[in-house]
Amino acid sequence: MKQTVHPPEHRSVRLRNGAAHAAPPPARTTERRRPVSPQWAAWAFLTPVTLYLALFYAYPLYRNLDLSLRNYTVRSFVQGDAPFTGLENYRKVFDDPTFAPALLHTVVFTGVCLAFQYAIGLALAVFFNQHFRLSATLRALFLVPWLLPLIVSASTWSWMLNSDSGIVNAALHALGLDPVNWLTSPSWSLTSVIIANIWIGVPFNLVVLYSGLQSIPSGLYEAAALDGAGAWRRFWSITFPLLRPVSAITLLLGLVYTLKVFDIIWIMTKGGPADASTTFATWSYQLGFGNLLPAFGPGAAVGNLLVVAALAFGLLYMRVQRKQAYS
Amino acid sequence: MTSRRTWGKTTVGVLLTAIMLFPVYWMLNVSLTRDQDMRKSPPDLFPVHGTLAGYRTVLDEQLPYLGTSLVIGLGTVALTVALSAPAGYALAKLRPRGGGALSFLLLAAQMIPGIIMAMGFYAIYLQLGLLQSVPGLIVADSTLAVPFAVLIFTAFMSGIPGEMLQAARTDGAGPVRTFWSIVLPMSRNAVVTVSLFAFLWSWSDFVFAGTLVNGGAHEPITLGIYHYIGNNNQEWNAIMATAVVASLPAAVILVLAQRYVAAGVTAGAVKD
Repeated sequence: MKQTVHPPEHRSVRLRNGAAHAAPPPARTTERRRPVSPQWAAWAFLTPVTLYLALFYAYPLYRNLDLSLRNYTVRSFVQGDAPFTGLENYRKVFDDPTFAPALLHTVVFTGVCLAFQYAIGLALAVFFNQHFRLSATLRALFLVPWLLPLIVSASTWSWMLNSDSGIVNAALHALGLDPVNWLTSPSWSLTSVIIANIWIGVPFNLVVLYSGLQSIPSGLYEAAALDGAGAWRRFWSITFPLLRPVSAITLLLGLVYTLKVFDIIWIMTKGGPADASTTFATWSYQLGFGNLLPAFGPGAAVGNLLVVAALAFGLLYMRVQRKQAYS
Repeated sequence: MTSRRTWGKTTVGVLLTAIMLFPVYWMLNVSLTRDQDMRKSPPDLFPVHGTLAGYRTVLDEQLPYLGTSLVIGLGTVALTVALSAPAGYALAKLRPRGGGALSFLLLAAQMIPGIIMAMGFYAIYLQLGLLQSVPGLIVADSTLAVPFAVLIFTAFMSGIPGEMLQAARTDGAGPVRTFWSIVLPMSRNAVVTVSLFAFLWSWSDFVFAGTLVNGGAHEPITLGIYHYIGNNNQEWNAIMATAVVASLPAAVILVLAQRYVAAGVTAGAVKD
């Protein structure tokens, strides 16, 4: 899962203002006085990306919706004459015994990953905000897990968590603990993929929260220290409340991106054993591509449920971001 | 006193970084481990009997995959920049009617899970006969980067002073000329940031590769590694050596262009 924070919404808000009739910010007045560029030029520059959006986002999404509303077999998939069955695929998916576990795993996976990524990222951001020797270099090194291809991280974790030859079980043994079948036991596989995904997500949280910390005026801390507030008190009365807007953005965006995590789980456990680490993302892929006899319709149906969830939280994210940009 | 305190913090920082990067170290260590030591318990913490056998296997078997990944990465970069730089210019400076709606759609597009896109692309490519083709994968991979790229370009080009563009206009330059000779050269940093991310994302892509070119003549390195694991291969030194090689672009980018990376991640996440 790769993620970035979008540039602040106030820029496009400004654009919208330009197009509509709201008061322009003072800095732009000189520019606004010049004659408005002809619309055709603007749209000539936008045409490629608009066509692109229609062809490569809207159409695949439409195809996916279509897939979920018809009864596709391999034959009709190729010939494209599958009968329309309405919400039949969705009913099938809801009645599937995998539905409840997949839902539970998706919620647990997302919730636990977010909580730990955020808490660890925040602790590290506060730590690195203290400006000691090498802090910039070390902070840069923390980006490594985020930059690695997911297949690299996933296969490294697979081998580290290997039951017989993995370093993790060797460490447990050295501590006098029993080995754990991290990837092959149904009670541990979800934990394993959560651990790997937290590792990947920490750098993003660290970087964004760190840049949030930088905008808190240091005078506040100095005043609080003069008033006798300890480090712990300063964190809870200054850092945490002032970081709330950035935290909200980080968590919401993290939520949208964690919901759709697929690579890590698929590479490490394929959602198994016995669906013990199946989420909506892997289940959808499993249905569509993971079997000899593909169930494209139900696979697309599960996928669309995921799209709805991701978009719902995505819209919430955009709302929060816009509100912050206005304030 | 103060200096001793900061050294203490530096020590803690180094320790934390070491813990965080342990998996990366372990990947390197395993890539250098001999086959006969692979199942040793407990495993060697350092590659005392280091071997390059894993890397030799990579050279023998994985070069075509690496080449394909390179082509796909560069293709994705070219397509992404070509599509999004003009769009960013229009959104930032030409005030198109409906530009806000387009920005909104781009943001929303980024929220769509990759596997859903992959399924849609699969259905379409099957009909068009584009499955297992490199251009097809380039187009699919570019969807990972285009919305992000437009937003970066828009943000960056908004910062170009309007007086500059007005001067060009006074000298008789049309929008295309202005874009090509002034806006684009001035946006070099944005081009670099976008290119880095587009390359890295397509290089790392597994979902599209796995659905769209699996089993084809040209497969990227992510599938090379995946096949290794999938075949129940026990040569973990070769698998990890491939993983190390596949991580090289990330390492190079981090060393040479760290400021662009950090800029891309946070791209104005925080109000100033």
